Amino acid sequence: MAGKGGVGKTTISAAFARMAAQAGLSALVVEMEGKHGLAAAFGAPALSYEDQEVAPGVRARTLTPDLALLEYLDEHGLKRISRRLTRTGTVDVVATAVPGIKDILVLGKVKQLEQRGDADLIILDAPAAGHAVTFLLSARALMDTVSAGPIRAQAEEVLAMLTDPARCRVMLVTLPEETPVNEAVETAFSLEDKVGVDLGPVVVNGLYPPVEGLDAEPAELPAVGGGPAELHPGEAEALRAAARFRLARHRLQDEQLARLAEALPLPQLHVPWLFTSEVGLEQVDHLAAALAASVEALQAVES
Amino acid sequence: MSHDASRDVSRHAVGSLPEEAEIIVCCGPGGVGKTTVAGALALRGAEAGRRTVVVTVDPARRLADALGLDTLPDTPHRIDGPWPGELWALMLDSRQTFDALVTKYAPGPDQAAAILANRFYRNIAGALSGTQEYMAIEKLYELHDEGEFDLVVVDTPPTRNALDFVDAPRRLTRFLDNRVFRLLMLPTRVGLRAVNVAAQTFLRTVSKAVGGQVVTDAMTFFQAFEGMEDGFRDRAQRALELLKHDATAFVLVASPRRDAVAEAEFFADKLAEADIAVRGLVVNRMHPRFAPPGSSPAADRERGPLWANLADLDALADAEEEHVAGLARRVGAAPVSRVPLLETDVHDLNGLAAVGRHLFAEPASARD
Repeated sequence: MAGKGGVGKTTISAAFARMAAQAGLSALVVEMEGKHGLAAAFGAPALSYEDQEVAPGVRARTLTPDLALLEYLDEHGLKRISRRLTRTGTVDVVATAVPGIKDILVLGKVKQLEQRGDADLIILDAPAAGHAVTFLLSARALMDTVSAGPIRAQAEEVLAMLTDPARCRVMLVTLPEETPVNEAVETAFSLEDKVGVDLGPVVVNGLYPPVEGLDAEPAELPAVGGGPAELHPGEAEALRAAARFRLARHRLQDEQLARLAEALPLPQLHVPWLFTSEVGLEQVDHLAAALAASVEALQAVES
Repeated sequence: MSHDASRDVSRHAVGSLPEEAEIIVCCGPGGVGKTTVAGALALRGAEAGRRTVVVTVDPARRLADALGLDTLPDTPHRIDGPWPGELWALMLDSRQTFDALVTKYAPGPDQAAAILANRFYRNIAGALSGTQEYMAIEKLYELHDEGEFDLVVVDTPPTRNALDFVDAPRRLTRFLDNRVFRLLMLPTRVGLRAVNVAAQTFLRTVSKAVGGQVVTDAMTFFQAFEGMEDGFRDRAQRALELLKHDATAFVLVASPRRDAVAEAEFFADKLAEADIAVRGLVVNRMHPRFAPPGSSPAADRERGPLWANLADLDALADAEEEHVAGLARRVGAAPVSRVPLLETDVHDLNGLAAVGRHLFAEPASARD
């Protein structure tokens, strides 16, 4: 899952995992960057480098370059000195000497999880947009720098995973707003051209659900029991203003959806805006249901 | 649009900062509009008659667009407009800023050239985390130090690991000071041997894994850099002191969603740890409130879609306000500005000015 900061990538990752679980697949969500959003989305305690169940059918874990490197060093007989080298900053020197080595360690670990069959579906909550391209490009970048040896082999295997659509796809998450749409389009083309990775559907998050009847005049509507509605002072104005606001948002998001469709020939999955600023399993499941409905709608169009 | 004026606590907002501060640093989570807020603060500085420069690290061309430019150059570019002060803007180029530092601190042109040509050095700007942050601080220090500007406004890079902005100078100087590599260049002494042996083992493994050239490049770099660490460290120390100076104001930018607020709280805590006060909180993209004060639209939800919509938006405004209140408590006495969700993205100076009106204590009736 890739996308600009603030578009709800982590929540969508969680919802996608729940959707997979509800379809009978075991899902593993991998969080990078040491954030805490994923645990919060599931209402689970903080995640660690070891995976843990966070909801029925869904496990989650963190995956940071530093710990992946330590694990790699441990597995290659350097356990005794690995911690000291991290502490003395030598690891930073190597990471600078070989750009992309940290990213390849993370992706290499993902590849290991995939090949070990740890889950039917692994969802990687990737770094924010621009970083996502660099992150996924690391395999190609490394192959330019390193001509032989284990790191080279690792990079080749990672690239094979990334470029095989049966094994890996990148899903972009965006919002129905101008800048997020622009960045999603840019990122999509960079990923396809530079990395050669296959793109799945674009997830458009935060869409106000359509509502009929917002253009009605409040004072002319009948009350629930029949007869004209009784309105408090100021109520008609408030209702009109709120309806105008909502309709304006609908217009804006329709424009952006059309713009996205025109610029990016990918199927779109639509996820509703939730009228709460809370995040928890209840909200995640609500989004998972919406995602599933959107997937079904796509399949209906295709068949 | 109607707004509840009684809830409008933005009257004093962050309004005075562009008139008083010498440096404003906009920080906060990604995707909340830091760059736009930085642009609006800078514009306000120019309107207040100050010579103002805004430094952006945002490669998306939003600020350039808003300022009416195709692209932003990496040196200050003057933007003309009907203000008594001056407005200048530039886009941070980490590599060029670093190159300039190396040239400044190298004992001679030959040593500078050797470093600039080194492959390991050329990787630093792109690959070493924290470099962009440090270069933003360095640029800010340089612009302030040269005295051409009364106010320097900077937006911080969208850091991969939440913050570490303030920590960047120390991290980079520690990196340049790298003990292991310096030890490798010294004759082995008793007591240092253990580290040296460990490092040698490690480097042999690295050489095998990624090629000897990589290690040679790194060694050559640290040799060429020998003797410049002190200059770098002193400058980093001065830059850090400037960040902590009273004339520098950190403005925390957030959106009222729960995840953004959680990240903003993390930022606020980190700044507090570094002994830096948040001088202003800007909460961007707030949903407007439509229900009259004292009403409870949720009770009328069943009356139809108009009421359900009002109830939805009211509940959202409540939830957002609750998050903002929690965040505001976290940053202590700092004034809070609320910027509503605007209909369009900011495309020009008028757009920046519109954001500015919400930032700077306009009466509620003047809002759109």
